[in-house]
Amino acid sequence: MTEPLREVPGGRLAENVMHFARVLRTAGLPIGPDKVIDAIRALEIAGVRRRDDFYWTLHAVFVDRHEQQPIFDQAFHVFWRDPKLLEKVMQLLLPQISGRGEAEQQALNQRLSEALAADRPGAEREQPEQQEEEVEVEATLSYSAQEKLQQMDFETMTGSELAQAKAAIARLRLPIRPVPTRRMAPSSRGRRPDMRATMRATLRNGGRSIVMRRQAPVRRHPPLVVLCDISGSMSQYSRMFLHFLHAITNDRDRVHTLLFGTRLTNITHYLRDRDVDVALEKIGSAVTDWSGGTRIGFCLREFNLRWSRRLLGQGAVVLLVSDGLDRDAGEGIGAEVDRLHRSARRLIWLNPLLRYDAFEAKPAGIRALLPHVDDFRPVHNLDSLRALTDVLSGPRGAAA
Amino acid sequence: MNRDSSPPAGLPASIDATVDLLSAGDYVADRRLATALFLSLRMGRPLFLEGEAGVGKTEIAKVLSRALGRHLVRLQCYEGLDIASAVYEWNYQRQMIEIRLAEAAGSVDRERLSQDIFDERFLTRRPLLQALMPDAAGPPVLLIDELDRTDEPFEAYLLEVLSDFQITIPEVGTIAASEPPIVVITSNRTREIHDAVKRRCLYHWVDYPDAERELAILRLKAPEAADELTRQVVAFVQELRGMDLFKVPGIAETIDWTNALVQLDQLSLDPAVINDTLGVLLKYQDDIARLERGEINEVLRRINAEVAGGRHD
Repeated sequence: MTEPLREVPGGRLAENVMHFARVLRTAGLPIGPDKVIDAIRALEIAGVRRRDDFYWTLHAVFVDRHEQQPIFDQAFHVFWRDPKLLEKVMQLLLPQISGRGEAEQQALNQRLSEALAADRPGAEREQPEQQEEEVEVEATLSYSAQEKLQQMDFETMTGSELAQAKAAIARLRLPIRPVPTRRMAPSSRGRRPDMRATMRATLRNGGRSIVMRRQAPVRRHPPLVVLCDISGSMSQYSRMFLHFLHAITNDRDRVHTLLFGTRLTNITHYLRDRDVDVALEKIGSAVTDWSGGTRIGFCLREFNLRWSRRLLGQGAVVLLVSDGLDRDAGEGIGAEVDRLHRSARRLIWLNPLLRYDAFEAKPAGIRALLPHVDDFRPVHNLDSLRALTDVLSGPRGAAA
Repeated sequence: MNRDSSPPAGLPASIDATVDLLSAGDYVADRRLATALFLSLRMGRPLFLEGEAGVGKTEIAKVLSRALGRHLVRLQCYEGLDIASAVYEWNYQRQMIEIRLAEAAGSVDRERLSQDIFDERFLTRRPLLQALMPDAAGPPVLLIDELDRTDEPFEAYLLEVLSDFQITIPEVGTIAASEPPIVVITSNRTREIHDAVKRRCLYHWVDYPDAERELAILRLKAPEAADELTRQVVAFVQELRGMDLFKVPGIAETIDWTNALVQLDQLSLDPAVINDTLGVLLKYQDDIARLERGEINEVLRRINAEVAGGRHD
């Protein structure tokens, strides 16, 4: 069964699999040396005679998220088709590890092109001889070039700002209470008997009397999903919010953050376990619709279709940060926010625009959103994390 | 690692044999799934199946246990799933009686008593422990269904079980499987499963079937349906999957719908009957409303052209 492999002289296949794994790793798939060994073993077992078997054998080992499929597919077809290209690819490989995880497909493709093609200063000179291959790589890379892409520069955070941020987060009480889960923990005032602990305690005292031990449900913060508007009218608040989101993502588990302007981007994996400035820099270049218009209805629909089942499954609270000013004049918002409201445990709307007492909900976007939120928090003077946490910690529905 | 060993008794010897094994169990598998399954059987790794609801993930484990003649041990996951319901539980009532009996007999030897109390007689085995027990039919198929419904603490516990196939009961000791079970894990992806779990598994995304495979599945699962109807149903459902719906129908819904149409004595699709039975296929009011608003006729016209065209070829 392993015959086809033995035909390959000198173990070149194993070597190539290793190179292929390196390409995938550079493109952002989390592939460790153990996976390479697994892959070679799997190929031996499967005894590849057919190209599709070869493909799916490597796929079973290297891919462990559905989102990785497109990049694996492209990498496979580029890598295993043309040995000449393979050599070039290997020359071009830079030890440049980009963020792993669940970036959307466009970003993945971009990363693959970075991994496969020459995205570095010397690249222009090599252009002519490379053209043929590049055309093929590029054919799949035609992401919305017509959109006006902007990058965002964040000032780096000073040490004292960082200390302030930590202090503010420590004080933060989101208007979200911990909810009882179905998991139990020992508790002296619990209402349920903990039979296992009771039996152990009883035996410890020799079985002379039964020692009652109790348990109670563990309380835990529900998952938090933050949808943050980064359109032009919100741009002055973006930095503060991102600092806030970074702090809260690393402060508790089960926080997911998505940014939206004209499109929706999940930035959770940029925020987690990173230095705040590195994280913001990554976000600044990964998110492309900074300070443009807002399509609230479109982005909420996108969220409902693509993300809501994955992120709201365990009774999440949704924090919507937006001024409600919508480029599409509120079109489609009502139905989508209604659905969002019904799939979330609670929907909290934080609006930095509403800073006047005499504010009237005139813009169509705001009128469409208002009936569907559980809690509405106007925020003004949003120039420090302290102000933000004060507003969020305040009693329900209070104007700051 | 015994590299050139022949497959363990009863397990398929090649990818082709795996395809045959599944089709013998009435499961129409594509080759990619067979490849992942074959590798998982031969490498002794759990198979991690992810995909939308109703694409036949759970069915794979059932078919596998039937086709291999192994027992199926199923662990349905839910929030707060704990050791007491997933691994083992003591029979406390009987233990209490035992303590009282010992007391009545006047023996209060603590050492003796605790040995008597934590005897296997009082141990209730839950699915994970059951799956490690020796079985005359061979190691069972352990189905851990909808892992995404549990919480992280259980996932962390599972890591230990999946890497060593052993379970520690403090009062008894460590119980290790003489032969590891065949493990199939499914997830509907209502949240991401931790990478550490996935790393120990072979991953496969179960996709919706293409028209050809769906037709084969329907002919197998709804044999009473007229051929015309089956073709139309498949074309209709495939068309729906291309639309921007909140929840597109899975293969389970296709089978249900076909059976419903058979019960209504339908020989082919018409707008009125689609309208009446749409709830079998679509589970979101928005989706149903959208189709009822008039897209049914349009979709039906398209698929009729398609089905007719297909027959002329």
